[in-house]
Amino acid sequence: MSKRIEVTDLNVYYGDFRAVEDVTMAIEPKAITAFIGPSGCGKSTFLRTLNRMHEVVPGARVEGEVLLDGENLYGPGVDPVRVRRQVGMVFQRPNPFPTMSIKENVLAGINLNNRRMPASEKDALAERALRGANLWDEVKNRLDAPGSGLSGGQQQRLCIARAIAMEPQVLLMDEPCSALDPISTLAIEDLMAKLKEEYTIVIVTHNMQQAARISDVTAFFNIAGTGSPGRLIESGPTEKIFSVPDVKATEDYISGRFG
Amino acid sequence: MSQQSMIRADAEPASHHHPDPKRVGDRVFSGLATGSGVLILVILALVAAFLLIQGTPALLADPAKLTAQGYGPFAEWVAPYVFGTLWAAALALFLAVPVSIGIALFISHYAPRRLAQPLGYVIDLLAAVPSVVFGLWGAAVLAPAVQPMWAWLNANLGFIPLFGGQASGTGRTILTAAIVLATMVLPIITSLCREVFLQAPKLHEEAALALGATHWEMIKMAVLPFARPGIIAAVMLGLGRALGETMAVAMVLSGGRQISFQLLTSENPNTIAATIAQNFPEAFGLKVNQLIAAGLVLFVITLAVNTIARWIVARRAQYSGAN
Repeated sequence: MSKRIEVTDLNVYYGDFRAVEDVTMAIEPKAITAFIGPSGCGKSTFLRTLNRMHEVVPGARVEGEVLLDGENLYGPGVDPVRVRRQVGMVFQRPNPFPTMSIKENVLAGINLNNRRMPASEKDALAERALRGANLWDEVKNRLDAPGSGLSGGQQQRLCIARAIAMEPQVLLMDEPCSALDPISTLAIEDLMAKLKEEYTIVIVTHNMQQAARISDVTAFFNIAGTGSPGRLIESGPTEKIFSVPDVKATEDYISGRFG
Repeated sequence: MSQQSMIRADAEPASHHHPDPKRVGDRVFSGLATGSGVLILVILALVAAFLLIQGTPALLADPAKLTAQGYGPFAEWVAPYVFGTLWAAALALFLAVPVSIGIALFISHYAPRRLAQPLGYVIDLLAAVPSVVFGLWGAAVLAPAVQPMWAWLNANLGFIPLFGGQASGTGRTILTAAIVLATMVLPIITSLCREVFLQAPKLHEEAALALGATHWEMIKMAVLPFARPGIIAAVMLGLGRALGETMAVAMVLSGGRQISFQLLTSENPNTIAATIAQNFPEAFGLKVNQLIAAGLVLFVITLAVNTIARWIVARRAQYSGAN
């Protein structure tokens, strides 16, 4: 249940402003790909084009191709709603639905597509997703309590459970640990190492140690200056990017000599 | 809501552990804030006292005396008006709430910004129209216009008790009055709902969309549950206005004292507020007390409505997202 993503000549615009320029890269299945780079370099925007979430902003549009196992996400007649059901997403701040219980949160996506699933099957699915997100033992006795009552780290794992309950092909994570303490961050990182056995994972992170620790491939994005579009500078195996990158700017950024 | 802010204003000086006598600005401001809070309580208390003192004679009077000098035994006399008040307000809300929520959602989540802003202004403008103008419009324009429709409903759907009876020839029925009332409460409910809908966290909207929700499913998952307490508060404010509204009903309706659910006849229940307005000019003695006691009943109804609304809002507070 993981698919390869191929991006060709992707440009992202907000109105007339070009936010991301000419990205071409491949994202391998069953691996963690990390996007690093300074704020505003377009890495989050690029991540959002992989499930068409950038379209939520009025005036956003894309040129180029994103192929999910050969199928163009931007092909004519492709419904963004369908795309998002295949490509799950976890956000920067934990966002469980406050009006739903823990179980309802996990099943939120399923209830959208498949209302007729028998209750016992739903319970089993919720348990599977919560176990998959390493959260089951902590919440199994209060599945009907509100999801917003959990700690930040637990909420984020609840959001991961919600995403993987949909059995997506790809899991996108937009700085999933930036609002969490180190212990919770560790829990999420352990979880990602486990999840990559099943999913294609793409993570945006500002934490370079995190990228070095968990990712198999690292892609470095940068901007020439304010107002100019973000570009993919280089991407490659994480050990290589963090030891002998091809481009000087990558080395400067990683070693903290940026700007 | 106003009660909450009052309590906060009252509590403020107490939570000040280190009052600094030199900070004149602080003291003036906290004094003003506390004063305003106390003032509104005092006004409320005075109104309640007026209603109680002036209304009690009618409540305690011998029914025989009320029959002779007033409008008849109190409970028996006021019941149809209580019914009329609740019935007209319920009808108005039934008409106004879905439309209001629809308009608010359109403005907050569907309309392009260029259209949303002017539409918002127009709705707010609707709230600025004096109620007597709505009343005039209802009696002079709306009633004749809807009369054929009411007649048609009566002829074709008359087997439904609501539409039964003898259709009014003037169109001045409780349903017409309810439409006028609905038009009056619509801007209040709409603008409050719009504000609440706009505040729905982007975070949760995106969570829903990322799960593959359509636009409408996103609204159902992320916007409406978040806005629920706000919608209830808006509806209750609208209900408050509908319950107390006088002119629109008084001008459209020639109400009587029947308790009838029929919407299209010329025999319509009157509301408390309209009854007071219509009878007060020529009332004297016990009749005045009786009308004021009716006002007290309306006051209690409004208070009860607000309490129930508060209770509904508080019941699911832990799911509201405030925590």
